[in-house]
Amino acid sequence: MSSLLAPDAVDAALHQLESHLADQFAGASSPLALVGIRTGGAVVAKALQERLTARGVACELGLLDITLYRDDALAQGANALLLGTDLPFDVEGRQVVLVDDVLFTGRTIRAALDAICDLGRPGRVHLAVLLDRGGRELPIAADFVGATVDVDADQRLVLQGDDALEVALQPFSR
Amino acid sequence: MTPTAVPPSGAPSPVVSGEGRAVRAEGLSTRHLLGIEGLTADDVDLLLRNAKVFSQLYQRSRKKVPTLAGHTVVNCFFENSTRTRMSFELAAKRLSADTINFSGSTSSLKKGETFLDTARTIESYRPDILVLRHGSAGACHLLTQVTQAAVVNAGDGAHEHPTQALLDAFTLLEHFGRLDDDHPQAFRLDGLSLAMVGDIAHSRVARSNFLCLRLLGAEVRVVGPATMLPVGLDSYGVQAFDDVDEALDGVSAVMMLRIQKERLNGPVLPSDAEYHAHYGLTQERAAQLGDTPVLHPGPINRGVEIAPGVADGPQSLINRQSHHGIAVRMAALHLLAKGLHRSDTGRADG
Repeated sequence: MSSLLAPDAVDAALHQLESHLADQFAGASSPLALVGIRTGGAVVAKALQERLTARGVACELGLLDITLYRDDALAQGANALLLGTDLPFDVEGRQVVLVDDVLFTGRTIRAALDAICDLGRPGRVHLAVLLDRGGRELPIAADFVGATVDVDADQRLVLQGDDALEVALQPFSR
Repeated sequence: MTPTAVPPSGAPSPVVSGEGRAVRAEGLSTRHLLGIEGLTADDVDLLLRNAKVFSQLYQRSRKKVPTLAGHTVVNCFFENSTRTRMSFELAAKRLSADTINFSGSTSSLKKGETFLDTARTIESYRPDILVLRHGSAGACHLLTQVTQAAVVNAGDGAHEHPTQALLDAFTLLEHFGRLDDDHPQAFRLDGLSLAMVGDIAHSRVARSNFLCLRLLGAEVRVVGPATMLPVGLDSYGVQAFDDVDEALDGVSAVMMLRIQKERLNGPVLPSDAEYHAHYGLTQERAAQLGDTPVLHPGPINRGVEIAPGVADGPQSLINRQSHHGIAVRMAALHLLAKGLHRSDTGRADG
């Protein structure tokens, strides 16, 4: 895998996202409901929760598994192992911020919206993504973007690292 | 019951889970679920972990996921059933599949149609998954030869009942706190022992449980009247006892089995009351067990293999077993449907 974004670039993108979210939601009457899409979005959501909390913006964190909602859920390349959804709060009437690492075709977000709406009727769903790489196949747009990147269609972006997050490029295996 | 090779009881390959890292993608090693025989430790691990996720659906008001929308699941029950059939039907519906229940007793079998002709007729409707319960061992294997669908064995004669064993294992894992990923033996039964009591020879539940429990690392003891213990038990890695109280001494969990009267050829015991006294889980025996959990695949014959007070008592996990049946069967149906689309094990027409 080759590197696309080194840790300091990822850090800058996270900072952008964190600032946008803080501007919008600081002083809200209830804690921000961050819902990270497993697995990459969950990593970003956890990082955002830490940063926003440090800024005094109250957040609740949930993890959403969309494996069963994907339009290719039964395809050969789809994950067989389910991770499960872990939402310690009720989405009914809430302002929910769906968080993902990379926004590409938009199909993941479509699945995530279906998954969230099966759990209740949110008041509003916003979308925050670390990276927007364009290439939409559905009419989906992010409300908050950390950074935009331009990569070839045959490359996938992989968020990795434990303490220092970085983004690598890997060819799609199809 | 003929003995087969003991499956290896080693731990499955590690699941590299956790956010941001790879997860096991492939699926089951088999395109049908005909028995625990033929499943690897990895397969059982995958089924149980997915069952845990499906069990989260019970908490929701909308207990459904769209995954099998457009797929057809046919329940082909040539033998009576309450819980298994309803459980499979609900499991399929909660996956958004279309379901049909075929019941042998109300079908054209009564007009002399053969099993295979029945199967061919059902096949003409292009089902995706067939769930079969039949009185003859090997019926589901025969069915795989006339269908492109994935086949699930819901009980074939006295041979196997794999989803029962999986839900029994799931119930034990839940009871002993091993559904928690942080437990050192998460999704394993190492260090635990189960005593199965009763009509072992005619029980497909017993056979599937031997295989499944051993794959998960549990120790298995069996006890019953000599007329109900088959030969070759040691080849399953199972320890046979003559005396019930000895078998239950120090055991982690107990499973009581119903006398399979519908499968017996001739009398094998004097009376139900005598059976209850010698081999039944009486109130006295249950008291001796303390808080040791009691399982039973159902249906129960109150007062025969188990005292009513015990079946309804605090040690009983019988209702947990039924409860978990749906989640376990959803896990099986999801993975089999996914297997239909694989180039190595899937259907010829993709």
